[in-house]
Amino acid sequence: MTDQGLSRWAAFWNSDILYEFRRSPLAIVGFVVAGSLILSALLAPILAPYDPYDASGIDLMNGLIPPFWSDGGNMTFPLGTDNQGRDVFSGILYGLRLSLTISVSAVLLSALVGTALGLVAAWVGGWFDSAIMRLADIQLSFPAILIALLVDGVARNVLPQEQHASLAMPIVILAIAISGWVQYARTVRSIAMVEKGKDYVEAARLIGVNPVTIAMRHILPNATGSIFVLGTVHLAIAILTEATLSFLGLGMPPTEPSIGTLIRIGNDFLFSGEWWITILPGVTLALLVLSVNLLGDWLRDALNPQLR
Amino acid sequence: MTAPLIDLAGLSRHFALSSGLNTRFRKGGAKVVRAVDSVDIEIARGETFGLVGESGCGKSTVARLAVGLMRPTEGAVRFDRVDLASAGRRDLAALRRRIQMVFQDPYSSMNARWRIREIIAEPLRTLNLCSSPAEMDRRIDELLTLVGLSPADKRKYPHEFSGGQRQRISIARALSTNPEFLVCDEPTSALDVSVQSQILNLMKDLQAEFDLTFLFISHNLAVISHMADRVGVMYLGRIVEQAPAQRLFSAPRHPYTKLLLETVPDLNRIGYTRKPMSGEVPNPINPPSGCPFHPRCAFANDRCKQERPSIRADGQGTLVACHGVQEGRI
Repeated sequence: MTDQGLSRWAAFWNSDILYEFRRSPLAIVGFVVAGSLILSALLAPILAPYDPYDASGIDLMNGLIPPFWSDGGNMTFPLGTDNQGRDVFSGILYGLRLSLTISVSAVLLSALVGTALGLVAAWVGGWFDSAIMRLADIQLSFPAILIALLVDGVARNVLPQEQHASLAMPIVILAIAISGWVQYARTVRSIAMVEKGKDYVEAARLIGVNPVTIAMRHILPNATGSIFVLGTVHLAIAILTEATLSFLGLGMPPTEPSIGTLIRIGNDFLFSGEWWITILPGVTLALLVLSVNLLGDWLRDALNPQLR
Repeated sequence: MTAPLIDLAGLSRHFALSSGLNTRFRKGGAKVVRAVDSVDIEIARGETFGLVGESGCGKSTVARLAVGLMRPTEGAVRFDRVDLASAGRRDLAALRRRIQMVFQDPYSSMNARWRIREIIAEPLRTLNLCSSPAEMDRRIDELLTLVGLSPADKRKYPHEFSGGQRQRISIARALSTNPEFLVCDEPTSALDVSVQSQILNLMKDLQAEFDLTFLFISHNLAVISHMADRVGVMYLGRIVEQAPAQRLFSAPRHPYTKLLLETVPDLNRIGYTRKPMSGEVPNPINPPSGCPFHPRCAFANDRCKQERPSIRADGQGTLVACHGVQEGRI
């Protein structure tokens, strides 16, 4: 078993994609930074010294302590505290966790909906195809953030006031997902149109393979690479959209702060000199988006033989 | 004569030029291309029927109609006396096993993400032809050996093979269901000449071994003369001449067939100055009046320009659609 396991590992290590990866310093940096940020977000309950959701652990007397390297800072609160005495480091870890949960869910939902619509549009054709693609065109003529704001605003108006806090997360996920499905639908549709015209699809139809099986087993595997690349690039956009929504006060509430919420809270103190409350979450956000983008760009190039 | 295995009767396929809102409002309805126009072909069991013609004359449409990938606008495809269009679900499933097709482009006829094993297994799996995985494995090995490849090849991907090898895999896939009727749509036109002959000989061997019936489509007259027992010459969606291969190549009747044969390289005619083939295939959207070949025909008269010739027997085994031949002018 070990022998085969070893050769599998060797085959993986020597595969084209890993070879490309090892040759690209930017991809490695992106992978390491994004990886460690995602890992620390996953391990937030273990790594964070305080629980930012636990109001009883907060002492107002600890408010506005600067990071440890500044005068007046100490290692009890390594990255300082905000005006309420909440630990910025713990806030960032938990905020990261929340931001990532929201954006990953939104990306998955987007990819699922977009892929399904694109596949069906290409397969069915006719008025359904036209309807879906015109809808996509219309949506593309608006900035994604506007769509997200719209969905968010409508959802908040339709739902009763008392459910806003508990439904904040699904609403944000939905808003980001709806603003992003178009790319998937268009890409998958165009790939499906190309593959659909190839003779192997005819050969499958000839022996009576049913259309759903052809779409799932023949067409979809040809699109997975592109969907994956889109997903990675979209993840960076989704993180930013979530942060923007939260910054504008439409995303996560201050009781459950995401990275964007943290930046908004800190924004009020920027001019009074307490820079760390907003800059440190901001830097974390920038690092995360940058590294995910680097990975996405690299993946796009690595999976597209024409760009090599 | 016994009933033919496959009978294309009065087969037509028309394509609407633009399907969309604008055609619904236009007077006179949508414009139509008659890609295939009342074609009659009968193929006996074990026979090879060759179909020749220039690009765009409707050969591939005939192929797709013959296997049931496309529905005819008019006419019928009867396989072993069963009409493909009106066959019930169960009949159709049974028919699918007996009719297979080899495609022109060996690069698009296989899913690039599937291993050869999966590609050949697809028909076996879909039609439930193997009772166990072990039996399927045996069958795939057997098929690969049959077409001159090695059973070890089944673990490879299509991109690891050359065009000729891919076409062998295509043939293996087509044979997997033990078909009786094989439609070959220009199976060698994408291949080098040296590889072409290998594939053609392989197909002839397999035909003898499994008593296959071929509808063999090509634009290459040399390939057709090598393969076919009977030949149909297509021009603008119609068959203009149909005859036993021997007779068609030795005594062509239709002026178009004569023109086509002029273009075949022949070692016995070195130094002979050929008459270059003049003109182009007319636009099938606006076909010429009367005989569709009259603008290119040296023998065309007024009747040819007005009246469309129907296909008739000349009494010596050839069916020909030409006023000149029927009047005895040519």
